[in-house]
Amino acid sequence: MKVVVCIKQVPDTKGGVKFNPDGTLDRAAMMTIMNPDDKAGLEAALRLKDQYGAEVTVLTMGLPKAEDVLREAIAMGADKGVLVTDRVLGGADTWATSQTLAGALRNMEYDLIITGRQAIDGDTAQVGPQISEHLNIPVISYAQKLTIEGDSVVVERQYDDRYHVLKAKMPCLITALAELNEPRYMTPGGIFDACKAEITVWGRADLKDVEDSNLGLKGSPTQIAKASDKVRKGAGEKVTLDPGESVDYIVGKLKEKHVI
Amino acid sequence: MNLEEYKGVYVFAQQVDNCINSIAFELIGKGKDLAEALGTEVTAVLVGSGVKGLADELAEYGADKVIVVDDPELKEYRTEPYAHALASVIEKYKPEIFLVGATAIGRDLGPRVSARIHTGLTADCTQLEIGDFPLNPVPGKEQKHNQLLMTRPAFGGNTIATIACPDFRPQMATVRPGVMQKRERKAGVKANVEEFNPGFTPDHKYVEILEVVKAVSNTVDIMDAKILVSGGRGMGGPENFKMLEDLAEVLGGQVSCSRAVVDAGWKPKDLQVGQTGKTVRPNVYFAIGISGAIQHLAGMEESDIIIAINKDETAPIFDVADYGVVGDLNKIVPALTEKLRTELAKNN
Repeated sequence: MKVVVCIKQVPDTKGGVKFNPDGTLDRAAMMTIMNPDDKAGLEAALRLKDQYGAEVTVLTMGLPKAEDVLREAIAMGADKGVLVTDRVLGGADTWATSQTLAGALRNMEYDLIITGRQAIDGDTAQVGPQISEHLNIPVISYAQKLTIEGDSVVVERQYDDRYHVLKAKMPCLITALAELNEPRYMTPGGIFDACKAEITVWGRADLKDVEDSNLGLKGSPTQIAKASDKVRKGAGEKVTLDPGESVDYIVGKLKEKHVI
Repeated sequence: MNLEEYKGVYVFAQQVDNCINSIAFELIGKGKDLAEALGTEVTAVLVGSGVKGLADELAEYGADKVIVVDDPELKEYRTEPYAHALASVIEKYKPEIFLVGATAIGRDLGPRVSARIHTGLTADCTQLEIGDFPLNPVPGKEQKHNQLLMTRPAFGGNTIATIACPDFRPQMATVRPGVMQKRERKAGVKANVEEFNPGFTPDHKYVEILEVVKAVSNTVDIMDAKILVSGGRGMGGPENFKMLEDLAEVLGGQVSCSRAVVDAGWKPKDLQVGQTGKTVRPNVYFAIGISGAIQHLAGMEESDIIIAINKDETAPIFDVADYGVVGDLNKIVPALTEKLRTELAKNN
């Protein structure tokens, strides 16, 4: 069984976001991490490796330094890493990104493709389903549990008020929720393997069956009209009182605003 | 692609168990604004099995036309037959704008459809308007008018970006539930219905549904609540939520929570407010023991009145709170409930 996990190196927004003086994101000043949903997807793949001896390949698209996130995945237990990097692929929206990854996946063998539901920088949740469409395979998004039954996957697919237990024949694509599992740590042996692992690096020429007009900034149907810092409402009053006075303060405000 | 051929604002009228989701009415409401700016109409696309009877409800909320795609294959949501339904509607009717709710269904369906028909899709929009792209004239570049300008938060709510899709149609967006306003319901309006069935032939992309497991929850949807009493990690444990339930009960509100509470297993996911939970805009939002991570703020900062109680005076929740109280929630909340009980008894 062959599993490909698509992972993304993202700025760690939990530690706060830093901006350049011109208002753009200062990526250099921010720590990068493996996107949390992707990490859960990787863990799911590694459990298939533990259980069934699946071969796990991690695939990413990004700047050359995105190689780091592939090495981290190998240190956790992935077998191989593929980095797709090329100047002409930059500035891609989700359409062009999914075209790029689909172009790389056409050169790879897979029974199962796993992506995270969404990345914490863009939060779109689009690339996984779009890849599945380009590859003409079924997709199951929002996976909270995953098992293998013969040539099929059985997945608990989360909705707002329910979940569906779905069965799909492989090959298929699953998008993983961070709730799927608790990802393992890197191991010392894994880190050793990761240091000497050869990362496969592909450029534009290595992508299969993709038109130039579908790649990079030029191949992106969506275009940014403007981007800015979010303007927040701003703080109102803040008081430090003893509990009784605090209660009177809140009740007073609720009366003033005609809530009670 | 001849962009001029594409006309009209279309919205996906999401239904589950033959009950229309509130997001459908919100999309119709916003769609009406856009359609008025463009001099066109709003069409709702209703997809399911045995759903034709729901069409009038969409008309009552303002849909000028309802396209019904009704087929037994569409009984429960599955990506492939639903994507086929919407892609076929788009190919036949050629809308210039197509809106989908950013729900657990829409965020799966939208990308699959946009990839099939080759157009752009902007995710989780919080604002939509008609305008020029580029916003200001740029030498050597054609400025297009009557474009859909789609605004969305990114980087966990730290930035907002406005996106256009000038060269492809339809211009597609998923829209966050709870953000757009519904129009007032006009009872008795009859829908102008058009039925359409593109044919559904199961293939390898049709997944099999083995089981449907519904969460047991007898609470009202937090997105409909006028008053929310929301607890965070600072509550200390699931047992302390009783305090919040008491306060909510006195005020006729509902209890909700932050992501940390769901992650800890104290409360179910359907009560979660925030970027990966629900967007709420109640009249009053109590944030109790919630520090106010940016992802949480993204889901509640549009509330009319925000009251925060937290022992940490540097908690970011105070940056958005109208009324912030620094103190011990274990002492303040029960006393507040008692005081309100007395006050409200006086009024009656």
